[in-house]
Amino acid sequence: MTQGSLLRKITDYANRADPYPVYAELRKTPVLHDEAGPYIVSTYWEIHGLLHDPRISSDARNLNPQAAETLADEEDPALPPAFLRLDPPEHDRLRRLAMTPFGPPHTPRRIHAMRGELTRIIGELIDGFADRDRIDLVDHFSYPFPVTVICRLLGVPREDEPRFHHWAETLAAGLDPDPDEDAAERRRVTQRARSELGLYLAELIEERRRAPGDDMLSALAAGHGPEGQMTQAELLSTAALLLVAGHETTVNLITNGMLTLLRNPDVLTQLRTRPHLAVPLVEELLRFEPPVQLLPQRTPLADIDIAGVTIPKGASVWLVLASGNRDPQRFLEPDRFDPQRRDNQHLGFGSGIHSCFGAPLARLEAQLALTALARRLDNPRLLEDPPEYRRNAVLRGPRHLPLAFDGLREPGD
Amino acid sequence: MSGNGSLEALRRSGRIVIVGASLAGLRAAETLRDEGFTGSLTLIGDEPHEPYDRPPLSKQVLLGKATADRTALPRRRELDAEWRLGVAATGLDMTARRVRLGDGDEVPYDRLLITTGVRARPWPHPLEAELDGVFVLRTRQDAIALNRRLTAAPHRVLVIGAGFTGSEIASACRELGLEVTVAERGPAPLVGALGGVVGQVAAELHRAHGVDLRCGVMVTGLEGDSAGRLRRAHLSDGTALDVDVAVVSLGATRNTEWLAGSGLGAGPRGIACDAGCRAFDVRGIVTDDVFVAGDVARSPHPLFNYQFLSLEHWGNAVSQAETAAHNMINASADRRPHLWIPAFWSSQFGVNIKSVGVPSLGEEILIAQGSLAEGRFTGVYGYQGRVIAAVTFDQTKWLEHYQRLIETAAPFPPPWTTVDRRAEGLRPVPADFPDPSLPTHGPTVTLSGYSPTDRRITFTPARA
Ligand SMILES: Cc1cc2nc3c(=O)[nH]c(=O)nc-3n(C[C@H](O)[C@H](O)[C@H](O)COP(=O)(O)OP(=O)(O)OC[C@H]3O[C@@H](n4cnc5c(N)ncnc54)[C@H](O)[C@@H]3O)c2cc1C
Repeated sequence: MTQGSLLRKITDYANRADPYPVYAELRKTPVLHDEAGPYIVSTYWEIHGLLHDPRISSDARNLNPQAAETLADEEDPALPPAFLRLDPPEHDRLRRLAMTPFGPPHTPRRIHAMRGELTRIIGELIDGFADRDRIDLVDHFSYPFPVTVICRLLGVPREDEPRFHHWAETLAAGLDPDPDEDAAERRRVTQRARSELGLYLAELIEERRRAPGDDMLSALAAGHGPEGQMTQAELLSTAALLLVAGHETTVNLITNGMLTLLRNPDVLTQLRTRPHLAVPLVEELLRFEPPVQLLPQRTPLADIDIAGVTIPKGASVWLVLASGNRDPQRFLEPDRFDPQRRDNQHLGFGSGIHSCFGAPLARLEAQLALTALARRLDNPRLLEDPPEYRRNAVLRGPRHLPLAFDGLREPGD
Repeated sequence: MSGNGSLEALRRSGRIVIVGASLAGLRAAETLRDEGFTGSLTLIGDEPHEPYDRPPLSKQVLLGKATADRTALPRRRELDAEWRLGVAATGLDMTARRVRLGDGDEVPYDRLLITTGVRARPWPHPLEAELDGVFVLRTRQDAIALNRRLTAAPHRVLVIGAGFTGSEIASACRELGLEVTVAERGPAPLVGALGGVVGQVAAELHRAHGVDLRCGVMVTGLEGDSAGRLRRAHLSDGTALDVDVAVVSLGATRNTEWLAGSGLGAGPRGIACDAGCRAFDVRGIVTDDVFVAGDVARSPHPLFNYQFLSLEHWGNAVSQAETAAHNMINASADRRPHLWIPAFWSSQFGVNIKSVGVPSLGEEILIAQGSLAEGRFTGVYGYQGRVIAAVTFDQTKWLEHYQRLIETAAPFPPPWTTVDRRAEGLRPVPADFPDPSLPTHGPTVTLSGYSPTDRRITFTPARA
């Protein structure tokens, strides 16, 4: 098989439901490259090494012009790149500032303190299934749950969801490096969504400045951290990043999780009686079916020799996290779903300085959600396997997950 | 008897004794069981406690964020072992393969693992060391006593020695709002371990957090009142200081005295062993039934010119214990070398410090990322044209990359660009380690020559 056709297979929608055979094929060439395309890295140790390699940049400005062409992002003075797309020291400063109201050391209990509220939201959503015997898990649960949470956390009105849902989806789609699409057209659409989301957030931040709440936007806007404050533009980019990332990833984690549990009914049964299993189970899900399949946005600042290949400075590099997670050189029986797996240092949240900012929240959301679903749905079953997937090859997950069940158990049962 | 048959018998029903029931001892015992050893397992420890963790003692415990009795090491599995706690091993008969205990008992073994670690070097003047208010910090008991005294609002604390432990203690005191003076005979804190360039950053950290840091001085005497309570400290610059608490942080001494006369190659520098953790005897011949691991061991490292390294590092203790345990019950062809790249962490004044490799071997340092002035940086140490170590202040996540450079003997200075390279990172400067013949209190890594039984090289404890 030629390399170009392998690249195409990654993005080919036909492989979305089960991309793992393609990844297995990829791993035969740990660093794959053909003429104009990106360098695709698919083995665990190579990915891990690059994620910790200070010669690798996340900043699109370091791409050579040819590689930059395929990118959807555009320079936009109103909404400059968020810290996800920056290198240190800017990255470090912005991430620290964003961390101040979110986690340790300044706000160590924020996520923990949301436990009760998360449980309540989950309970209400599940109670809403009471008079049904089938649902679409995505529309009725996996999507509304994290969105409600991120709105609550950031201080974004839940009622505005229909507006920013559209922008978030467009921006997420912009991440998908589908070579078949018209890049210019997509760039235009993404660009518009970015500006509209920026305007929306600017207004909201203004309101939070006038009447601060206990939410993150208020805290970020006030900027009482030890390191001062973000500029208005930085604030907007950060808010947009958190809102979009809080949107499109946990949905897939929960949906992929439930799909996997329904394919492994013994594990589902265990989870019902042993809620502690949720912690290692979610780690295994992040390895086995990670919501972020690949990182298409890295470039070397210098020529880098790795696995017998020299990746030249400025080239576009894709790190296929989901493939690294199934690398038999790193994990025993990697294609087996084993919720009690030991030594599970997966790449589901990336690694290194860009490792997922929202990981503590995503973990908790998935743990609580899956445990509650396992406990309360009586005899749940899949109505479609495989289900219909979203187009996106980067943020991969089912578009719908129709389920049937015999009724609801009470929360305490 | 065929080698394999006896090995099989050992694994099934042999007797393994571990002396030193702490981190290395526990992890070795767990590994033995994990790898299928079903014989009898005895752990001997002179402390009355089951194995506990020491790093929190100078951090969370001093701050009162964790109590000392909550530092028990997590158990990874059931052990099914006989615990002889609160009794010291006092002698070893290598011919009869027996360990003598302080209570007169003797314990026979087929394989022995020694993990007796180190103890805090006491204040060198015994009468002064006895004063009420003079502390060291190595054990849970030490931490409980010191914590009690710190929470009783002392007037001023004196920390003698600004190595990692001393600096952490000073940091904890400041966090508790206590007045603290640090006396360090070297030119800066941490210079023995990390050199003068990084030491200057550490000095600024101390001062920025309100520590009264005095470098280039020694404490010459501690003075008590008639009731035997510490009152004053005298310094080599002629000044005196009113203090009611002094914490002596002058490094550590290896717990090897109990092996005197046993014929094992054990001395004040530790117990020399080969890369497979087998101890040498005094003749320089490797034993096949006595193994060592953890702080008490000195083993040759190929990446560092086969020098014998003794490391007082948590991660090293774990890794060496696992290797020793594996090798104790495996045939020579299946044995593994202990090729741990030294790695150390410390947290002080809100900064997370980590190092890999052996910084004190470094001749030059390059600030490869970040900046000294901002207190967030990665320093890379070079030795004879290759990368030998790296240290990070609040930049831990890059360290792995530099570890790989050490492992692959990458050229120094590294020729390529990195993110966050500043002007000061464009060329290396001398790492500025003190003359090794003038010891400071306790660099955490000490290099001690080539020959395992060579005791001529003495690294005299700092006589403050
Ligand atoms: C306050 C403090 C802070 C630290 N912080 C860090 C840190 O931040 N990072 C890091 O990497 N490392 C740190 N360390 C070092 C780390 O704790 C040690 O490397 C580790 O404990 C070594 O384990 P060990 O089992 O080899 O030795 P030890 O933990 O010293 O255990 C040896 C045991 O053997 C016992 N023993 C001695 N002689 C005998 C005898 N004759 N018979 C029976 N028992 C005996 C001792 O009492 C002791 O219980 C710190 C240490 C201290 C004291």
